[in-house]
Amino acid sequence: MSFFKKLKDRLTTSTQEVTTKFTQGLTKTRDGLASAVNDLVYRFREVDEDFFEELEEVLIQADVGVTTTMDLVEELKTEVKRRNVKDPKEVRDVLVEVVAKMLVEEEETALDLDHELNVILFVGVNGVGKTTTIGKLANRLKQEGKSVMLAAGDTFRAGAIDQLQVWGERSGVPVIRQGEGSDPAAVVYDAVQAAKARKVDVLICDTAGRLQNKVNLMNELEKVKRVIEREIPGAPHEVLLALDATTGQNAMVQAKAFKQATNVSGIVLTKLDGTAKGGIVLAIKNELNLPVKFVGLGEKIDDLQPFDAEQFVYGLFGDVFEEKENVETEESAE
Amino acid sequence: MAFEGLSERLQASLAKMRGKGKISEADVKEMMREVRLALLEADVNFKVVKQFVNDVKERAVGQDVMTSLTPGQQVVKIVHDELTNLMGAEVSPLTLSNRPPTVIMMTGLQGAGKTTTTGKLANHLRKKHNRSPLLVAADIYRPAAIKQLETLGKQLELPVFSMGDQVSPQEIVTGALDYAKEHHHDIVLIDTAGRLHVDEELMQELVDVKEIAKPHEIFLVVDSMTGQDAVNVAESFNEKLGVTGVVLTKLDGDTRGGAALSIKAVTGAPIKFVGLGEKLDAIEPFYPERMASRILGMGDMLTLIEKAESQMDATRAKELESKMRDASFTFDDFIEQLQQVKQMGPLDELLGMIPGAGKGKMKGLKNAQIDEKQLVYVEAIIQSMTKRERTEPEILNASRRKRIARGSGRSIQEVNRLIKQFEDMRKMMKQFSGQMGKGKKKGFGLPFF
Repeated sequence: MSFFKKLKDRLTTSTQEVTTKFTQGLTKTRDGLASAVNDLVYRFREVDEDFFEELEEVLIQADVGVTTTMDLVEELKTEVKRRNVKDPKEVRDVLVEVVAKMLVEEEETALDLDHELNVILFVGVNGVGKTTTIGKLANRLKQEGKSVMLAAGDTFRAGAIDQLQVWGERSGVPVIRQGEGSDPAAVVYDAVQAAKARKVDVLICDTAGRLQNKVNLMNELEKVKRVIEREIPGAPHEVLLALDATTGQNAMVQAKAFKQATNVSGIVLTKLDGTAKGGIVLAIKNELNLPVKFVGLGEKIDDLQPFDAEQFVYGLFGDVFEEKENVETEESAE
Repeated sequence: MAFEGLSERLQASLAKMRGKGKISEADVKEMMREVRLALLEADVNFKVVKQFVNDVKERAVGQDVMTSLTPGQQVVKIVHDELTNLMGAEVSPLTLSNRPPTVIMMTGLQGAGKTTTTGKLANHLRKKHNRSPLLVAADIYRPAAIKQLETLGKQLELPVFSMGDQVSPQEIVTGALDYAKEHHHDIVLIDTAGRLHVDEELMQELVDVKEIAKPHEIFLVVDSMTGQDAVNVAESFNEKLGVTGVVLTKLDGDTRGGAALSIKAVTGAPIKFVGLGEKLDAIEPFYPERMASRILGMGDMLTLIEKAESQMDATRAKELESKMRDASFTFDDFIEQLQQVKQMGPLDELLGMIPGAGKGKMKGLKNAQIDEKQLVYVEAIIQSMTKRERTEPEILNASRRKRIARGSGRSIQEVNRLIKQFEDMRKMMKQFSGQMGKGKKKGFGLPFF
């Protein structure tokens, strides 16, 4: 059985609905990346240096990033040589495999929520969509039958507390809040006490957006984390870094800085539907060693989806899969 | 950090060529590759990079780069100049209508920083242009967006026009314009909802709002961290609305901000303002040359010098300078300098402007904990000295040091270290002034940089 068939078969284990969400959410990236690759393989008759150079361009344009692009192309060149591939179209198939290999790894993408009280801390720079993601995640967990509580730890940005409040009301989840300008660590402390008293399953803490090069603000974040640690040993069980998919190379810098300050356990990639440059997922996988746990694929409340590498690859290169499948059925018919 | 400035990159590639005696066309090609990678890593759009590198190459080949003694720097200079040109050679001012009210419409993706920028811009216009702005809350979609603008309005003591989130933006804007005329506001700033540039329905809404508001300026607010997609975003907004200016936000981060170049190249609309911090006065006009330095990783000395000049009193600086020369510099002068530097802004921000310092490459700055608290301690120690001790550091014997440590609540080691540093500094100044003679002068020296 070919690689393509295998991956496709694995897909059927998840629901059609999820596949549709990924396929739709990735429309733009597919149009950008996959069609550029297709265009490339039909334009070239043979696989030479120029071909690889243009492929590099295609990947960089999709925000895959210079380092990861070089890694990918290097890997691809080795494979192409090993398999003695001559046809650009076949190189494309190898590329899909290489990309898939980079993405599909044994990695824990599920949230660690097996404790009595689970604490999730959200961190990230300004405007990436932390509060919105928390709203959506709260709704998702609630529907899974968990009792959820939110802590309005963004006491800095005007209106942030109210924004979280609205999300809390929408999914019927209590929000622990204090006034604007109060100490976020204090808010989180209160929330932890309240969560213990009311015996909720999951407490999600919002924090103010902060640029990773602001030492004081990063220290504040460490303090918030310490407060949680002190109150509940082993917590926060998840520290999720929200990254905006439209961000360029700075995303890597952000991830490194936040990882250092708060020991990030996973990434939520927001606004993936809005960009044609979903290649950043590859860069994250390749350079950061951090699992992508959720992706934002749209603006609706249920558009936050657990990241599924196979779905992602299929969403990107679905056409290639269909094409291969047709060829294979024809071949077996003969 | 993975990023290196263009200068370092070029130097590295030139090092390989050294000893050849002459630089060939192939070497220029190699250098262009470095330029290309540097720009790509700074998030400049691929197509823009391609065009740009071609232009630079032509110029580089045409000029005497190849025969120049310092070809690397020559190339950097050409690249820097071309970048500056591309981004608009000079600062472009705001269009203010001579028949008030001037209407400014703020547009952009979600999370770019529209609402905050709206507040900052209103504040700027009131302070620097003496206007009376009205803020209009037309973001009816994001929860609490109106509240956010209202809170900003309250902080700034500026009026905010809102009709809640059940009324269409079109109606809100119509109402706002009437309100502005009635209450004699000469600036109307419309904060629209963030939207994806591919969302047809919401983009149409912006077109409708534009029809009604007839804005004099349509600003596209762009996150300076945006990657390759910046071009598409700018393109669609520009196509639908005709963007007249761009505001780059979150430039106080450590992004190179290549998006600026992409956007300018695509829309042709000038970048008019940059957002540089979380406070409401952290907005500044855009300077193309500084942005060029930043994209190339060359730091931003101009802003630093400007900041220093605006905080330092010229005559006082002269005095200090002469004191440094004859080494009669005292702890009193030291503390004064310290305070002046503190006025210039957060230290880490200042350090980021020094070329190379941001990456900890500079000697002595490596691992420098930029901790404002350290400055407070230094101040405490100096303030625990007597007047005489400050002017005559020589008399600081063990018992005096002990007293100072107790008085300032710091350890005696810290006191010793500070005194040692101070003495070293004085020595260095003496050497410096000896070497420099009368030739060079710049009014100030930052003792701990």
